[in-house]
Amino acid sequence: MVEAKGLKNNNVQRVLWPLMALAGILLFNLFFTPGFFHIEIKDGRFFGSLIDIANRAAPVMLLAIGMTLVFATGGVDLSVGAIMAISGAVAATVIRPDYVKGILEYGDVQPILLVLAIPLIFSLLAGLWNGLLVALIGIQPIIATLILMVAGRGIAQLITQGQIVVFIHEPFQYIGSGFLFGLPFPIVIVLLTFSATHLLTRKTGLGLFIEAIGANSVASRFMGIQERLITLSVYIFSGLCAGLAGLIVCADIKAADANNAGLFLELDAIAAVIIGGTMWGGRFTVFGSIIGTLIIQSLTTTILTRGVAPEVTLVFKAVVIILVALIQSERFRQLFSRRMGRRKVQIS
Amino acid sequence: MRLRVNQKHIPMFATIAVFLLIYLAGSVMYSNFFSLRVFTNLFIDNAFVGVIAIGMTFVIISGGIDLSVGSVVAFTGVLAAKLMHDYDVHPMLAFSICLTLGALFGMVMGSLIHFFELPPFLVTLVGMFLARGLAFLVSLNALPIKHPLVDSIIDFGIPLGFRTWLPATAIVFIAVTLVGVYLQHYTRFGRNTYALGSSEQSAVLMGLPVGRTKILVYTFNGLLSALAGVVYSLYTSSGYPLACVGLELDVIAAVVIGGTLLSGGAGYVVGTLIGVLILGLIQTFITFQGTLSSWWTKIVIGILLFVFILLQRYLSAAGVKR
Repeated sequence: MVEAKGLKNNNVQRVLWPLMALAGILLFNLFFTPGFFHIEIKDGRFFGSLIDIANRAAPVMLLAIGMTLVFATGGVDLSVGAIMAISGAVAATVIRPDYVKGILEYGDVQPILLVLAIPLIFSLLAGLWNGLLVALIGIQPIIATLILMVAGRGIAQLITQGQIVVFIHEPFQYIGSGFLFGLPFPIVIVLLTFSATHLLTRKTGLGLFIEAIGANSVASRFMGIQERLITLSVYIFSGLCAGLAGLIVCADIKAADANNAGLFLELDAIAAVIIGGTMWGGRFTVFGSIIGTLIIQSLTTTILTRGVAPEVTLVFKAVVIILVALIQSERFRQLFSRRMGRRKVQIS
Repeated sequence: MRLRVNQKHIPMFATIAVFLLIYLAGSVMYSNFFSLRVFTNLFIDNAFVGVIAIGMTFVIISGGIDLSVGSVVAFTGVLAAKLMHDYDVHPMLAFSICLTLGALFGMVMGSLIHFFELPPFLVTLVGMFLARGLAFLVSLNALPIKHPLVDSIIDFGIPLGFRTWLPATAIVFIAVTLVGVYLQHYTRFGRNTYALGSSEQSAVLMGLPVGRTKILVYTFNGLLSALAGVVYSLYTSSGYPLACVGLELDVIAAVVIGGTLLSGGAGYVVGTLIGVLILGLIQTFITFQGTLSSWWTKIVIGILLFVFILLQRYLSAAGVKR
């Protein structure tokens, strides 16, 4: 359905709701949580609740960036959590290759490039696998990525032999807990990935192509868009983002936990994308997804600081997601506009 | 008369073949694998998976998906335990409350999907968060279930000979399967789910009650998830809010391996039954093998899923060409 408003206007409107929700949560904290907005500089580094929220949200933000593009092509990537586990497991194994055999000595310190490159190659391959299933064989995305979601965690456990591989590797740990220009390094990674994605999709035709595929893949193929290649690369990109997120988590806790790394984060990422205003198959906004992640994380932090059991966060998450999804639903809006006695003119 | 295999049946034949193959391999490789005890254990250990898988078969045939099942199992299990443990509610009343809540939960999700045209996976994803959160609200810890009636239900069993018993949970599983077969093949509701999954638009044009069927399918699945929660709490004699994390994937895998087309419109409850048994068989196989670790279960299930999805894809592509 095309609304009779300008595209630009529509895009602004799309991010407006999430921004208002975020502002609402922050406003609540301004009044009820003392010191929430307090940011101090220690040793040239920023500290404070806001920085903490962004830092904690970094892995999910990366997932959400990849997921946004996948969502826009009308797909979904359920395997990101498992890919995170694989990437962390590979990184830890590269650092301590003999750990799973029970040898506790370190051997040579592995060069940081190797520690980063090999896990990312694995995540790229995982993304490629998803992409091949979806783009070439034509399996529904939910199911195609379900395979890796089930098997991927098994593969990660196979790599670590079911153990939690702990390690010490100063340069690698910097990725999870280092600071650059006073900002935690994960935030810097997110900023870089976001800028690169934004430039690639909005300053070139790629973004429009992705949206065209999501809206109607057959029509876009007839238009001359290389639909398969783009779908394939979108899944590879999502895999890479997940691999990067896995590295951050792994470097932060200085261990690879194949069982729990990235568990359920695919749901957070999907929730963030939906809250951010990206439609399933069609228009997307990467910025909105970042805001969506921030909403979820600040909600979680708010609940924690108010002393409510952290597990109950799930209920709040559920309520927020369903409300946002309802607001975006065409039928729900119609229901309301009819109640208000107005009739919306629609071109469909 | 020429022997013709209906194309719809091919995935199910493949499922049966895989089941027999694994069973045969296990029987040849390990003594005691081919025994009544192992076979009945398949039904006992997978009763709660099987009960949901029957409901999920209907959901997937109708063209939808339900991700909330694992959380609903945990929620109903922990709620039943809480009611009995802390409030001394009679077990039958507690179980009835759980079943009603489960059905209501499914109905609300179905209504959201139908009336607001939200994608099923989104709505049920929210349902998954919500049910898990509610389970935590009820109790953060595992609660024991102790009641004379519950104990007698757990101890109840039909003797099958060879010192094996068919306990109540397995009986529930088999009963639900029979009800599923009846609903699918002998009622309008069953026919309507097929029509809905094949083409929703055609179903609307044919004047079928699309909305009612859709909501009923999710209500039925919610009810069965709650029933599975009760079965699970009987199986473990406790309620645990973190139970059955990721169960929905096992269930979907069982349904797909059972030959149900994920695009909807084709599949059988009987196939799902065999799919569930295959998952159980893989686990039994790995237990018998002894040296293989538990993660191989996940990898093997993943590979099986892949093979069956490829088969489905090939079949539906062949169907289009004809």
